[in-house]
Amino acid sequence: MIVQVNEQAVETTTGITILDLLKQLGITTRHIAVEVNLNIVPFADHGDTILHDGDQLEVVTLVGGG
Amino acid sequence: MGTVVANDLDVVALEDNPLKIGPFELNSRLIVGSGRYENATMMRQALDLSGSDCITVAIRRERLHDAYGDNLLDHIDSDQTILLPNTAGCYSAKDAVRVAHLGREILRALGNPGADWVKLECLGDSRTLLPDPISTLEATQQLVADGFHVLCYTTDDPVTARRLKQAGAAAVMPAGSPIGSGQGILNPNNIRIILEYLKNEDPEYPVIVDAGIGTASDVAQAMELGADGVLLNTAIAHARKPLVMATAMRHATLAGRQAFLAGRIPKRLYAAASSPLEGVIATHPFPRNETK
Repeated sequence: MIVQVNEQAVETTTGITILDLLKQLGITTRHIAVEVNLNIVPFADHGDTILHDGDQLEVVTLVGGG
Repeated sequence: MGTVVANDLDVVALEDNPLKIGPFELNSRLIVGSGRYENATMMRQALDLSGSDCITVAIRRERLHDAYGDNLLDHIDSDQTILLPNTAGCYSAKDAVRVAHLGREILRALGNPGADWVKLECLGDSRTLLPDPISTLEATQQLVADGFHVLCYTTDDPVTARRLKQAGAAAVMPAGSPIGSGQGILNPNNIRIILEYLKNEDPEYPVIVDAGIGTASDVAQAMELGADGVLLNTAIAHARKPLVMATAMRHATLAGRQAFLAGRIPKRLYAAASSPLEGVIATHPFPRNETK
């Protein structure tokens, strides 16, 4: 199945969780926030949240800023 | 506040209150940004030398397949520092509210108290980075309803500032001049009016000069006008020697604040001699005309 992550198409396994998708993408930092279809999914739920074909994810982190 | 304390034999300073913004108390009245540094080590040292206990951060998309080798938080002690997430780069109330919630989620997971506040930036023009007053007001109302303590970046317009306070902003943060421009405080009279309007019958209400600072005297000027604090980033990060400038900014914040508390003398058109006139040896080539 295909999901959109930060507006990029990502091919992944059907039934994958957020946590496993992040691993697949090489994102290991804990300092992120994830939205699925504009709803924030708390960090503690990443392991239990199953993604579906066409889901739109945003994965953000903190960077330097003023 | 008001008690004169002697720190050592030479230094007498007015004891100051912490800077209060909503439920937050900051020991330093200088808030610094973490952007535009040459490298992470330089940033960390500059932030330390600034003496600030509050650091602003931005929220951006994580890179895919090329995730940052290290995260900003690897270089900031988030147990000792209150992070202030911003909505920099947002051009609509909708985006700013969304980004504020994402920042809150990251800071909550970190256990950082900064999860409860946000520096709201709703821009209206990409060349000047001036804020859009209407979307700033809309986003303030929404974020206040969502339980945020909102620190509003705005122009130096007193009417907009008053509107933002009425909408429930925890602090109003007028720009001295455009972000990153280093022009200092272009209209000190407007800052003065904002301070007067927002602090009328509410003297503790925090007003922070945010943006446009170029050098230490700009910081001192803001504090001398009576601002509760100053927020800056580029003035340190892009100084030729950022670590030296960070130290200068710390001193300027203290100097400006102490000068404000001390109460400056009024400006007058004519001179007032510091040495006594009585007993002076002088002949006047023209009639004496001392100011009364």
